[in-house]
Amino acid sequence: MTYSGFRVIREALTGHKGWRPVWRDSKPKPSYDFVIIGGGGHGLATAYYLAREFGEANIAVVEKGWIGGGNVGRNTTIIRSNYLLDGNEPFYEFSLKLWESLEQELNYNAMVSQRGILNLVHSDAQRDAARRRGNAMILNGSDAELLDVDGVRKLYPFLNFDNARFPIKGGLLHRRGGTVRHDAVAWGYARGADRRGVDIIQNCEVTGFRIENGRCLGVETTKGFIGATKLGVSVAGSSSRVMAMAGMRLPIESHVLQAFASEGLKPTLPGVITYGAGHFYCSQSNKGGLVFGGDIDGYNSYAQRGNLPAVEDVAESGISLIPALGRVRLLRSWGGIMDMSMDGSPFIDKTPIDGLYFNGGWCYGGFKATPAAGFAFAHLMSTDRPHKTATAYRLDRFRTGQIIDEKGQGAQPNLH
Amino acid sequence: MTQVNRLSGGRLDRSKSLSFSFNGKAYKGYQGDTLASALLANDVRLVGRSFKSHRPRGIFSAGSEEPNALVELGSGARQDPNTRATTTELFDGLTARSQNHWPSLKYDLLAVNDRLSGFLTAGFYYKTFTWPATFWEKLYEPIIRRAAGLGSLSMQNDPDLYDKGFLHCDLLVIGAGPAGLAAALTAGRSGARVLLAEEEFLLGGRLIAEDMALGDDPAAHWVARVQAELSSMDNVRILLRTTVNGAYDHGVYSALERVSDHMASPEQGKPRQVLWRIYPKQALVCTGAIERPIAFENNDRPGVMLGGAVRAYANRWAVTPAQSVVVFTNSNDGHRTAKDLLGKGISIPAIIDIRQDAPRLSGVEVLAGAQVIDSSGRSGLKSIKARLANGEIRSFACGALAVSGGWNPNLSLTCHQRSRPEWCEDIASFVPRRDLPPGQLVAGAARGDFSTSRALQGGMNEALKALQNIGLTGQGIELPKAEDADPSLTPFWHVNGAKGRAWVDLQNDVTVKDVTLAHQEGFRSVEHLKRYTTLGMATDQGKTSNIGGLAVMAELTGKAIPETGTTMFRPPYTPVALGALAGRSVGKDFHPTRKTPSHKWAEEQGAVFVETGNWLRAQWFPQPGETHWRQTVDREARAVRKSVGVCDVTTLGKIDVQGSDAATFLNKIYANGFAKLQVGKVRYGIMLREDGIAYDDGTAARFAEDHFVVTTTTANAVLVYRNMEFARQCLWPDLDVQMISTTEAWAQYAIAGPNSRQVLQKVVDPEHDISNEAFPFMACREVTICGGLRARLFRISFSGELAYELAVPARFGDALIRSLMAAGAEYDVVPYGTEALGVLRVEKGHAAGAELNGTTTSLNLGLGRMVSKKKDFIGATLSRRDGLNGEDQLTLVGFQPVSKGDFIVSGMHLMNNEAPTDAANDQGYLTSAIHSPNLGHSIGLGFLKNGHDRLGETLRAVNPLEGGEVAVEVLSPHFIDPEGERLRD
Amino acid sequence: MIIPHPLLGPRDAQEFTYLGDASLINRPDWQSENAMQEFHDYLYLRDNPAGLHRELWFHEQGDRSWLVVTRNTMTHEITQVELASDVARSHGRSR
Repeated sequence: MTYSGFRVIREALTGHKGWRPVWRDSKPKPSYDFVIIGGGGHGLATAYYLAREFGEANIAVVEKGWIGGGNVGRNTTIIRSNYLLDGNEPFYEFSLKLWESLEQELNYNAMVSQRGILNLVHSDAQRDAARRRGNAMILNGSDAELLDVDGVRKLYPFLNFDNARFPIKGGLLHRRGGTVRHDAVAWGYARGADRRGVDIIQNCEVTGFRIENGRCLGVETTKGFIGATKLGVSVAGSSSRVMAMAGMRLPIESHVLQAFASEGLKPTLPGVITYGAGHFYCSQSNKGGLVFGGDIDGYNSYAQRGNLPAVEDVAESGISLIPALGRVRLLRSWGGIMDMSMDGSPFIDKTPIDGLYFNGGWCYGGFKATPAAGFAFAHLMSTDRPHKTATAYRLDRFRTGQIIDEKGQGAQPNLH
Repeated sequence: MTQVNRLSGGRLDRSKSLSFSFNGKAYKGYQGDTLASALLANDVRLVGRSFKSHRPRGIFSAGSEEPNALVELGSGARQDPNTRATTTELFDGLTARSQNHWPSLKYDLLAVNDRLSGFLTAGFYYKTFTWPATFWEKLYEPIIRRAAGLGSLSMQNDPDLYDKGFLHCDLLVIGAGPAGLAAALTAGRSGARVLLAEEEFLLGGRLIAEDMALGDDPAAHWVARVQAELSSMDNVRILLRTTVNGAYDHGVYSALERVSDHMASPEQGKPRQVLWRIYPKQALVCTGAIERPIAFENNDRPGVMLGGAVRAYANRWAVTPAQSVVVFTNSNDGHRTAKDLLGKGISIPAIIDIRQDAPRLSGVEVLAGAQVIDSSGRSGLKSIKARLANGEIRSFACGALAVSGGWNPNLSLTCHQRSRPEWCEDIASFVPRRDLPPGQLVAGAARGDFSTSRALQGGMNEALKALQNIGLTGQGIELPKAEDADPSLTPFWHVNGAKGRAWVDLQNDVTVKDVTLAHQEGFRSVEHLKRYTTLGMATDQGKTSNIGGLAVMAELTGKAIPETGTTMFRPPYTPVALGALAGRSVGKDFHPTRKTPSHKWAEEQGAVFVETGNWLRAQWFPQPGETHWRQTVDREARAVRKSVGVCDVTTLGKIDVQGSDAATFLNKIYANGFAKLQVGKVRYGIMLREDGIAYDDGTAARFAEDHFVVTTTTANAVLVYRNMEFARQCLWPDLDVQMISTTEAWAQYAIAGPNSRQVLQKVVDPEHDISNEAFPFMACREVTICGGLRARLFRISFSGELAYELAVPARFGDALIRSLMAAGAEYDVVPYGTEALGVLRVEKGHAAGAELNGTTTSLNLGLGRMVSKKKDFIGATLSRRDGLNGEDQLTLVGFQPVSKGDFIVSGMHLMNNEAPTDAANDQGYLTSAIHSPNLGHSIGLGFLKNGHDRLGETLRAVNPLEGGEVAVEVLSPHFIDPEGERLRD
Repeated sequence: MIIPHPLLGPRDAQEFTYLGDASLINRPDWQSENAMQEFHDYLYLRDNPAGLHRELWFHEQGDRSWLVVTRNTMTHEITQVELASDVARSHGRSR
């Protein structure tokens, strides 16, 4: 079924009887050529691109709960291609280009909104770093503009220019960055994959791997054994737990990141703003709620909830940047488990076990990567070669020292 | 006529008449009213518009669960969008406006959405607006954004103060209804420290909302007696207008006290709100229950209200929503509403009770087995239509419909740590699980104990249990006799067979049809349902809608409600102003401000300051006639190289390290050797992280065999100290070494320039020989200055000139800068700021923060030779990984424009001359670029692939971000005095 | 969260700075034959259990003790707190 405005009108006039499930709720077959563990954004995108781009068939996505229930359903919805390092920026630029054509590609309105992201700078050193980054972005085909304080004021006159502890000195504007309706990404990819024959198996928890002679043969699940010629693991937040079943230890710690939404407001914030002097980034959803977040709480956690200090920290930063936010009410908070890797960058790689592939370690930047991560993971699984933009995301990079450390914090996962 | 719906009685102070305005029209109410009760009293029924369909909406509830009656309260910078009229205390001069409509509440053009509701079903926007692609940001999205949202923010700076406080107690009682009051009294009498937090501005909860007796008296009398007794106890504190909104780890609770929201503006110096962080030993949740509606066609009109709310308005606020009220119910609760209203002289045309065996009630027609199937009245209810048990359809004219579908325990706080509630068939609702968060108990309606008698009993018993849990003893109290009725509820969620829309979530316009469509399209899990339809995502967080939506989905899937799922409860229980969460740590007080010892003096000199972390440092010291900062900085930097300058370097981290193993310890901390450093000498050192990346540099001065003073960069003072403590306590716990951070304890000045020794000799007491022979480069010594003041003198240089650093106890810092300046006057001494400091260090080729950026190795920095291969130290092994030592490593070099008039800037990337300007040809980048006043042109430091082998090459420094490129020559990073002769003079 | 400090009693977790897995105490021998491998595993492959986790916290705004806290990462319940120097000694670390 193709979605369109005409279709919506026709259905409205005929009592909406024609709408069908957006994806089939499949039962597992005994085996598949490709099985993806994890029905989040990345997993569903991987299945979609395996079918759509690499012509593969006989594909299943296995999800413990309901699709889209992990971090793709709990994030601050930002997409951007404003990375500094060579290992990263081409990948995120590839991802942003996929976002730009995603809705037409999927025939699903995920509300990709390129409303611009402004990273504020508050010191000469930050401006220098922004210049280096902005140049790296442009050299990699992305877009960037360096604004002075008047340029920032023109865009956002309501920021704290006059009474700031750390005055705004300018900002790096990335106009093609923006936001996406996060849930719709999962649903759109699920629908696209489903239309290409992918089985989406929900409420099916992986309980173990069947590995013989160094080769992965499939997974044990709560719905029985599912054989797989190639098995991809894409389970952000649960990577360590799932890969431990395959006997692997990962350079990953699990941390909780809280994020927040305010009550609905009439248009307040046109684009996305990130504070350079504190932990705060904010945008406004199309429904009117401000969506914002800050830092991870900072301790290992699988509890999917955080504590008050991180909330207060975000509020302090938010109001220090936008004093009018004092009267905005925080409506909802949530906590997601982040795969914090040892250098802040992800992994898309084969494992030492034949037929077992891994995608994870996205820290809290996995959402914007969804299309490219799905594409690159599908590329790797289909061709056994890394996609050209994802060659750096190797599991062995800490052995070799080819670290991709955007923040320069070293092996301290809670600082990435 | 005003207040046409006002009744007699109630908990109002009628001697205090209050004026207020709504949408510009003036009204009157009384002290004790809420905005909602006062609007109802004045027969204002239409108060807002719904989120999506812009349907007319009225007051629905009498509490914080309100989905409809949201207003913009106040004006100017104090405008508060989305404020619930039902929890807003009336005060004289209150102004409120309705929101989410254009041009007016009554005539809202956006109500066209209502006409289009057939098209605007759940999730319709996912299926359209994708063509043409460029129209989304330009056309569709702006329209959607403007139509969506609710109230508007003033965008002015919030003028109010917010405070934070910390409270400790034995027992926190949350909610002061029957259970909470009984609990507080029980615990209070035992002598335990009790905090009683009540969301409302009166104690009593349902006890003051019902027409009810406790013992022989009206319930309100008992409440008053308990309040008086609690207030007389020193060990009990009552927090009114205080919502406990979060239950966090280890029994920590957050609560918001609305100190001044019931006034036009806070009293002078008082905060608007206080965020309390409460650390109780035990917490007892007595948060009551929230009534749920029944969905039927057009059940969203102004006038359709929760039955318990209608009762509360009548009993507590002496208001009826209309003179004629029909009741729709599935339990005896509706009959109670009818009885109370009858007692107040309100006409009750009928009780429509879905139960076939509904009891009778004298004076009212009870229609057993009947259901409300429709309503009419565009901007206020005019009549309802009911289908009787025999299928007959009857209409009833009425101004209000009191709906009661049962009550849901208000168990949010019991689930904030992600436990899921369990289903209780008796009350057809979720109740808290037995395994509550540690230290938490629950009593009363919040636990599903709905009768007053059981609530009182439960409150007392749980309080006794809580006391016992923390080793206190309490005694039971005498409880008044109270009603102990069974609600006799028949679960009923929505009226079947509706052709039109029947609302489940009033604010977000989610109807039974939307839930049905979600089911049809496969969005069947609770999470999918919520996300696809937006059920429960409004400002009321689904307090009156979540379970209703779940019940409809359960019916569609043929599963029981608990099998279908539950929703999560997360903090905050009710929305909290960000101002309260931030408290006073905003604006200039966002972070503490650290000032250097010379700050006052520098202010007197007219210095310009710059933020360096939390420090404020003098950036430069403008002189009269200097119009551009460059003039000032050039002058300062030249003066240092020509004669002498003084700079406050107190912000550098200082760590005092003592013990017989101090040298051994530092030898493990630094990448270069420190074991053999002589007493009286300083050494430059570099520290690596364990991953082999260089992260800090500084000096260590040995004042005695067992005493070192370590300096760090300003930025890393805290981190280096932490890491050193880690090494001492966790890696080498038996080394005899102790350390303490003394950054704030010592004021320290750099005195730099060819005349620095002459200046110092005037300050240092004459018995200390600081001649070049007696006190050579990299010497350190304890000296006395200014006639006996203890000081530390280091001969170290960041500028590349003959230079010293002189440290005195911080309290003498101000005196010392004045003495140094006086002593230096004959040499035209200048104070110099961080900017000149930076210029001098770039000229000299010293790495700083821009180069030590957390990704660079000692090899990158050109310090590879310093790193010892003969010892273990933090970072030794992993610094040897191939990836950090291979071909094409970036190395630190200097740059200058080929054409000396050109300018280079930090952040430029380096390209080979013939290669295209793109990432594939990137050769490196500039880290620090300055105008060198001593060379007379622009110079810079930067990292270049194989840089040390490329001295003399010409490259392009490109800056596509701002445009332009500059031909640059690769040089040694040491632009000035590369041999270091000046240092040793 | 509240951390029961073995010397100071219950202290708010905000006074502390978190480092991570307590195995960071077990720094390998630089002269071991597999030193590179061992340091790699030491620094990068830490325990990340969903359950009991022994982890290092620094009482930065307090007495500057490094502590080993045993905490459940599913519930955040803290069951044991020790001075890291005691733990280090018990692991055979000395000078």
